[in-house]
Amino acid sequence: MHIYLFQRLITAFLTLFGMSVVIFVLLRLVPGNIVDILFSSAGFVNPAAKEEIARELGLDQPIPVQYGRWLRDIAHGELGKSYRYDIPAWQVIKPRIPVTVELALLALLVAVLLGVPTGVLSAVRQDSATDYLLRLLSLAGLSMPSFWLGMVIILLLVSWAGWIPAMTYVSPFEDFKAHFLQFLFPALAVGYRSSALIMRITRSSMLDVLREDYIRTAWAKGQRERIVVFGHALRNATLPVITVIGIEFAFMIGGLVVTETVFNLPGVARYLVDAILWRDYPVVQNLVMFIAIVVVLANLTVDLLYGWLDPRIRYQ
Amino acid sequence: MQYSSTPILQYFAMAVSSLFAAATFHPDSLSGNFFRFCREKPLGALAGGLLLVMVLAAVFAETLATHDSIRTDAEHTLARPNHAHWFGTDNLGRDIYSRIIYGARVSLAVGIASTLLGAVVGGIIGIVSGYFGGWLDLMTQRIMDILQGLPLLVLALVMTAALGPSIGNVIVAISVPIIPRAQRVIRASVLAIREFAYIEAAKALGVGHLGIAFRHVLPNTVGPFIVLMTAQFGSAILVEAALSFLGLGVPEPYPSWGRMLSVSAAEFAQKAPWVVLYPGSAISLVVFASNLLGDAIRDKLDPKLRGA
Repeated sequence: MHIYLFQRLITAFLTLFGMSVVIFVLLRLVPGNIVDILFSSAGFVNPAAKEEIARELGLDQPIPVQYGRWLRDIAHGELGKSYRYDIPAWQVIKPRIPVTVELALLALLVAVLLGVPTGVLSAVRQDSATDYLLRLLSLAGLSMPSFWLGMVIILLLVSWAGWIPAMTYVSPFEDFKAHFLQFLFPALAVGYRSSALIMRITRSSMLDVLREDYIRTAWAKGQRERIVVFGHALRNATLPVITVIGIEFAFMIGGLVVTETVFNLPGVARYLVDAILWRDYPVVQNLVMFIAIVVVLANLTVDLLYGWLDPRIRYQ
Repeated sequence: MQYSSTPILQYFAMAVSSLFAAATFHPDSLSGNFFRFCREKPLGALAGGLLLVMVLAAVFAETLATHDSIRTDAEHTLARPNHAHWFGTDNLGRDIYSRIIYGARVSLAVGIASTLLGAVVGGIIGIVSGYFGGWLDLMTQRIMDILQGLPLLVLALVMTAALGPSIGNVIVAISVPIIPRAQRVIRASVLAIREFAYIEAAKALGVGHLGIAFRHVLPNTVGPFIVLMTAQFGSAILVEAALSFLGLGVPEPYPSWGRMLSVSAAEFAQKAPWVVLYPGSAISLVVFASNLLGDAIRDKLDPKLRGA
């Protein structure tokens, strides 16, 4: 287990290193100079200020030096300065993290609670009307933009209940119910999409397992359906499902970018969009790196969970 | 038409003609089995028909649209759907039905072009990486893992941020996240094909590496390639919609479905639900159809993956 853990950590570290190179190179594709863009959008007029910004950002240094400095800053937890707010970027990001984490976890919960049972039901009743209906519903979930689903949910709430969740952020300590409702609907919109993938993979993985000999044996000895399906089959069908949950977590961050915008939640994902629109490039670079770290950590967790769930994997 | 639609038409013509090229590449499995496909996969065939209708609507937008898609009309803002404006008008008084028809041109063209670009570049990388193997394969695969690790939309966002908003750049930005997914599929089938005896025979006859890779291996990856294209097409449309929604996608004045749903339109949604309902339905319908068609084709071409 220790060797496995060590290997995984090394891979995760190398992946992060590679991602940092990709992000760094991608943002250097910007036509023209970052300083010029900052300069025009921030409304500076003094040419001396331009050189000062260039020096402050280290843009007068060669590219490899710039890259090295950036890595050093990240290692020290310095995420640069937001040109929009003129304060360290970390101070802008930090209060936003709990919002995004809460939304992501809630959406993941919705996705699992919706996706796994429907996937199991669909597999057990393969080729029945229920199966077709559930598969169509899940395909519909994959086809709707989650931000549009969010808008439709708001519209439905308005016309049926004559009420919408608060559109400005409510702290949970102030009013827990309003806070929860505010997060519930965006979580439903994002979670429905993810549940579709989880449902599909649960179904196909369950179908594979249900064909195994030991399941036939369980049926033959007269075991009850509930025990065969949940006790025998689902346990062995969970591995691929966990992979998808891990992958979905990464996709979910993408989905949150738009959903946080629709529901006006002050999260990290939305800040990324704002930073791009304001051309606050130092912040964009650091935020994407931050997201990359979260994604790699999620994948690492899934890998470790694997090793813990399936002892065979540790020895490979 | 008050604005030039030539660049879009060019992309569109390029995309459609390459699709036909891909289809004629493998005539047996596509045209020969067309009727059998319709009989065995009625839902998939229906979805294919729907997609075809959408493509035709995009091509004949001038004839089908009832209004100019970008002309504003201050007297009829946020009009309810009526006989003059079938789907109502938006906050600037533009006819939503006509915008959806013209928007099909932009959204479908961007979807098809970016899927093709990503799939072709990914396909070439996959063939080279899988055929030559060794350290080249190892390095390529690690780079692809890194690209695939970044969330699709975040990667596309960063790309548009770096390249700036224009139709061409949006297509590139959406195609980049497709590359690692495409190359993985193609590489896997190349690895399997590489071991066949006829490849060895070609080698023995002195056919060069490029000849083997592109003449003998490539045609056999068409099946997985088509499955991949239909699967990625839906997600390309969704990414375009999200980018345009955020104001980073296809620039004005081109109407795109995502832009019709943009933040400014959302403000009017409660007063005029049709502003968001119709464009969103158009996106969902096209993606739904391409997902259905993709599933059906995959079931036909790759029975191993059935139901996955």
